[in-house]
Amino acid sequence: MGFGDYFISALFLQAGYNSALVAIGAGLLGLSAGSAGAFIFLRKRALVSDAISHATLPGVGLAFIIMVAFGSDGRWLPGLILGSAISSAIGLLMVEWITRKTRLTEDAAIGAVLSVFFGFGIVLLTVIQTMSSGRQAGLENFLLGSTAGMLISEATTIAVAGAMAAGFVFLLRRPMTLVAFDPEYAATTGVNVRNIDLAMMGLALIVTVIGLKIVGLILIVALLIIPPVAARFWTNQVGRMIGIAAVIGGLSGYVGAVLSAAHAALPTGPIIVLVAFGFFMISALFSPLRGGLASALRHQRFQRRVHRRQGLLSLARREPIYDGLTIRILRRAGMIRADGVATARGRIAAEKAAHDEARWAMARRMLPDDSAIERYDGLTPIERMMTPDQIAEIDRMIQSAQTTQGAKA
Amino acid sequence: MSSAKLVAESGKILDVASKDAPLTVRGLTVSYGNKPAVFSVDASIPAGSMTAIIGPNGAGKSTFLKGALGVVPRLSGEVRIFGKLFEDARDRVAYVPQRASVDWDFPARVIDVVLMGLYGSVGLFRLWRARHREQAMDCLKRVGMADFADRQIGQLSGGQQQRVFLARALAQNAEFYLLDEPFAGVDAATERAIVSVLKELKSEGRTVVCVHHDLSTVAEYFDRVLLINVRRIAEGPVETTFTAENLQETYGGRLAATHIDELHLA
Repeated sequence: MGFGDYFISALFLQAGYNSALVAIGAGLLGLSAGSAGAFIFLRKRALVSDAISHATLPGVGLAFIIMVAFGSDGRWLPGLILGSAISSAIGLLMVEWITRKTRLTEDAAIGAVLSVFFGFGIVLLTVIQTMSSGRQAGLENFLLGSTAGMLISEATTIAVAGAMAAGFVFLLRRPMTLVAFDPEYAATTGVNVRNIDLAMMGLALIVTVIGLKIVGLILIVALLIIPPVAARFWTNQVGRMIGIAAVIGGLSGYVGAVLSAAHAALPTGPIIVLVAFGFFMISALFSPLRGGLASALRHQRFQRRVHRRQGLLSLARREPIYDGLTIRILRRAGMIRADGVATARGRIAAEKAAHDEARWAMARRMLPDDSAIERYDGLTPIERMMTPDQIAEIDRMIQSAQTTQGAKA
Repeated sequence: MSSAKLVAESGKILDVASKDAPLTVRGLTVSYGNKPAVFSVDASIPAGSMTAIIGPNGAGKSTFLKGALGVVPRLSGEVRIFGKLFEDARDRVAYVPQRASVDWDFPARVIDVVLMGLYGSVGLFRLWRARHREQAMDCLKRVGMADFADRQIGQLSGGQQQRVFLARALAQNAEFYLLDEPFAGVDAATERAIVSVLKELKSEGRTVVCVHHDLSTVAEYFDRVLLINVRRIAEGPVETTFTAENLQETYGGRLAATHIDELHLA
């Protein structure tokens, strides 16, 4: 069976019970990572989660050494997860403590904790490698993740924990949203900001430790942050953003695990991250809301509308037009002839534009507090912003103003 | 309030007349590092009043509000809200932070921000119903922002953002409103809209406190002032307390004498 065939069959869970379970586990891990990561991204604490993940390594090493010392298999996953959770919790609390008790900023605290813990972890790994000569510990797989030879019990643990973490995110979504948007206000409404922040980072910690086996500690931060960043391109509503981030994270985990399982030499973590990056690129370029292409198109359309409007107002004032783009747009719309003189159609449109501007000027004096005045952008037709009654009233005012002026003259 | 200045004994609020006042503060000190931003400030805000907190930049006006509400930790001092600890009177209070304190690119629409004001009454777990949405829309109408309900908040002008924050506080339906510089950097239309809402609140018997900067509008908008420059300088009705002498003491050399003359003070 070739790589492609295997990939297709694995994608539809036809490549055997074990790999199906691993794929589902990775999918649920990505789901929880994407949804928890959404809040970490909104709270602007992506780097803290990087410190958390790097701080797991000494815990992994120490847990292994302790388990071997007690004569059991050092590779027992729940034991390693517990060890990594404890050491990364210590790392998290140290970042918190340094930021609160010293004048150091959070990024400095993160840099210090991250590198010291990671360095200590690498030393431990080296010690373990010499200690258990002959017995391959395989702990270095925790750096970049590997699903090769994963036990069914391990995959189940990851799947269950991932689903539970996603459930917690759902339960805490309102206080976490409030704290991410406006912590001071949140505090006055009775939300314990410090506890919510800790819960948020606790979720990142859970995702990190259950993701150690599949994604690895170096890249788990990418699975936390890329899905929400990609999701942000698609929506302006926080609830939807969390949902989309969860889906992108879940798909990345699932597809990435399947891809890496299809080829034993492919490390799982980097593949999952690359798949997530693919989703990011698609979102950044093609999202109709905030994507690059749509923004560029919208901007171009806006520019054309501005030129058209300015051109028409110039025509109404009988001013010559010099701007090349304005001339081209008016020409194409049949508003002016090749020699720059307005056509009949152009004259009507220009008069209407000038009249609307006069209406707006009058409206600003008559209804200074009307919300239509605030929404005025010089482009949207007045008929769409005000009721016919309002417009008729404005026209009457303009008329009477003109008669008074005429009388004065 | 004509009650004499009182000395606080530890753990005891002595001012009997203002026992259930919306806000009673005794000896409030808040510091950033080892530098006090607010030092031993006493204040007593009577029910139904509209008070301006006035003082130069960096005088601790915002910090006073945040310290009173426990947003920043207190170094010392006693605070009572309606005669109770803030924790026990929280649902009677609404706070409007400075609009510059949040990131307006946050993924939320105007209506979502106003709905945040209802988190307290809806609970953290139940889902939104049409009724909540209507409540939020009513609050947006009161500040003249109903047409903007579905806008992304990042597309609003500064004045509009400020009105959304006010609408969120209105949604809390509180008895006591504390606003941190609601008029900072807003246009004239917004200032009018906000003032009329605040006066409405006052006419309904609610209490309003604003950190305020524009000395020329104090007498027009407010009936009481609290002058702060790290320490409390003076507190009382505008007619008797908003005087050239007190202002000079609050601002020191930072306020030109000619400026004070222009205010036509009592």
